[in-house]
Order: sequence, then structure tokens, then C-alpha cells
Amino acid sequence: MTVATNDQVRLLLDEVVDPEIPVLTIADLGVLRDVAVSEGSVLVTITPTYSGCPAMDLIRSEIASTLEANGFSDYSIETVFSPAWTTDWMTEEAKVKLRDYGIAGPAPVEPVVSGIGYQVSAAVCPLCRSDETRMVSEFGSTACKALMVCSSCGEPFDLFKAL
Amino acid sequence: MTGFATMTDPAAAYVLRHGDDNLVLAQRLSEWVSLGPELEEDIALANVALDHLGVATHLLGHASQLVGGGTTDDDLAFQRTEREFTNVVLVEQPNGDFAHTMARQLFMDAYQRLLWEALAVSEDAILAGIAAKAHKESLYHFRHTSGWVVRLGDGTDESHTRMQAAVDNLWRYTGELFEMDDLDRQMVESGVGVDLGALSGPWLHAIAAVAADAMIALPDEVTQRGGGRRGFHTEHLGHLLSEMQWMQRTYPGLEW
Ligand SMILES: [Zn+2]
Repeated sequence: MTVATNDQVRLLLDEVVDPEIPVLTIADLGVLRDVAVSEGSVLVTITPTYSGCPAMDLIRSEIASTLEANGFSDYSIETVFSPAWTTDWMTEEAKVKLRDYGIAGPAPVEPVVSGIGYQVSAAVCPLCRSDETRMVSEFGSTACKALMVCSSCGEPFDLFKAL
Repeated sequence: MTGFATMTDPAAAYVLRHGDDNLVLAQRLSEWVSLGPELEEDIALANVALDHLGVATHLLGHASQLVGGGTTDDDLAFQRTEREFTNVVLVEQPNGDFAHTMARQLFMDAYQRLLWEALAVSEDAILAGIAAKAHKESLYHFRHTSGWVVRLGDGTDESHTRMQAAVDNLWRYTGELFEMDDLDRQMVESGVGVDLGALSGPWLHAIAAVAADAMIALPDEVTQRGGGRRGFHTEHLGHLLSEMQWMQRTYPGLEW
């Protein structure tokens, strides 16, 4: 049995990153909701970004292997849905890491008129920092991203959707 | 595997019927993958399918916990027969042309937007959590789908004709969404469920607004076809299930 505090376990779990955006840890993303150590047993609580997020199974197994590698055998990983995940939980540090990785956002997506076409407020191109950008599709390479293109440098880029 | 038709836990049956709507709709939408009208839309349909599949996984998982006895979400998805599925018949209707897929999706998105909002305050805390999350996603879905319905309805003669035909053909399956049976009434009483009848007004209002933008006429009163909640399905569900379930039926319990 390993004796540890909540904070020590949290620190260990900083090794666990989002498999689709590996510059972000699950804590950066807000997927890691809670760590509670009690009498040597660890309870880790996580929440999915999107209902169908296919990364959750992998995240769960990486939490398990990180804990095991550090000598914890008595642990459980619980998934909660409430309160629902929101991009508001992403840290400022996470947003900078995202931009440096080439992903803009999170920015809210609003329809232009009655659902045809979209506009995104404050979407800045992560490559040239121009705000002359437009949305190509509200649905991108993963559930949490939209596909954008920059009118200044002409490059396509991903936008983390505000949810 | 024993039959699930005998499933008597009302709370489980209630969660399962909404899970079935999402599972069957996800399977239908997935049929578009690699066949979408354009690359971006192909990806969008796959994303929307994945959202519905996620909601289905969570609801079937919750239902299996309520059933107990070691039942899993996979058992419920892959080991039940057609008669044991309790989805509304709208979601099992074939994709047809892209206009039919969009009409079916518009009807479901507008419905689920209201359904999830109402279920988000359910006395069943797990159901409420799943619903609150699904509600956010249904807003995206509705926006995406209504954009297409307007684009097609107010587009060329060809696209308008197809969009109108899709709405006309699928309208007869929308009444079932708001039908209340004994289970619904029991669940409303216990604070777990939703009064579906109260959703039909706001639903029609939302659909009418999109239809007006899309130059689409909503059908007059037509004879409605239901029965899905009691396990009486159209011929299409059996074909869908045979494709979805064949691996687990052939090799029960297979994992990889
Ligand atoms: Zn740029």
C-alpha cells in the first residue's frame, strides 16, 4: 500500500494526456474532476468532454496503469456526467498550449442567419494570429473540434468548440 | 441469454427506450460514413452518429445497472431481439436520399432538444446528468440539420422537391414521439420522466420555423404510425439489427 495525499496523486496523473491532443493533460482539459485518497484507497473521478468521446476508455486505462506503476493497487475510476463538462474548465495555460499546438479556441459558434452558415467570435488563427478566419465545418477531426480556415495565411486549422 | 421482454423494472425500461432511440439512430447515421455528399458532411454525420452512440452507451449502461444481475450495456445492445427494442419507429426508417436523412434528423433533433432539457431535472440523478450533457449536443445537431433543411428546401427545384417529399414521407412517424403510455405516466408521477405531450407544441413551433425558412409546407393531419415503444416495428429494424448484431450473435461475448 502506498501512502499519499490527494495532491500527490493529482501530480502523478499529470502524466495522463488526452490521446487526441497530447499537449493537454486530463487536468488541463477539465476531464479530471476529483482525486480522493482515503485509507490508502484512491478514487479518481472523470467526466467525458462529449457523450461519444472515444478517448474516455483509453484515458481510463492510462489512469489505471499510472496508478499501478506507482504502487497503487486499491483504486477505482468513476465517470460522472453532472455537472456537464464545459470548455470553461480549461485552464489559461491549457489554452496557450492548445494555440502553440495549432488549435484555436475555445470559441463559441453561432449561426449567422437561421442556421445557414456560422460565425465564430474571436477565432484567431493559431499560425499567423490573424482574426480574418472563417468556419468550413462545425464538425472537425474529433467531436470537440470544428474545421476553420484562415483568410490571411490560407492555412486550415482546428478550433476547439466552446461547449 | 434469457429474453429481455420480461424486463419488468419500470425505471430500466424507461431509460432503455430512450437509449434505443439513440442506438438505432447512431447505427443509421453511421451508414453514411464514406458515402456523405461532401467530405465535411461525411465527417459531420460521423460526429453526430458518435454523439448519439455515446448517449446510447451511457443510457444502456445505466439501464443495465438498474436491471442488475450482471447484465451489461453490450448484452442490451447485441442480445435483444427486434421485439425487445423499444425505439420509436422514426429512427429505424432507412436513410433514403440525403433529404430523408436530414428530415428524420430534424424531427429527432428538435424533439431531443426538448426531451433532454426536461430530463435534465429528472429525479434519477444519473439520467439527469446524461440528459444535461446530451442537451448541449442536441443544440449543435439541430443547428447543423436545420441549416441543411433550409439549404435544400430553399435551393434548386430538384432539392426542394426532394426535401418536401422527405418531410411528407416521414411526418407519419412523428406522432409517436409525443405518445404517452402507462410507463410514461408512471415515470412522470415518480418525477423521473417527462410529460411528452407537453413537448409537442414547442416541437411543432421549432419545426414550423425551419420549414418556413426552407419554403417547405408541413403536411396536414395524416394517419400516424407508432408501436415502436411496444416492440412493434416497421420491417426496417430487423435488417438494421441483423447487420449491427451479427458479430455478437455469431461469436457471443467476443472481445478484441
Ligand atoms: Zn493564418
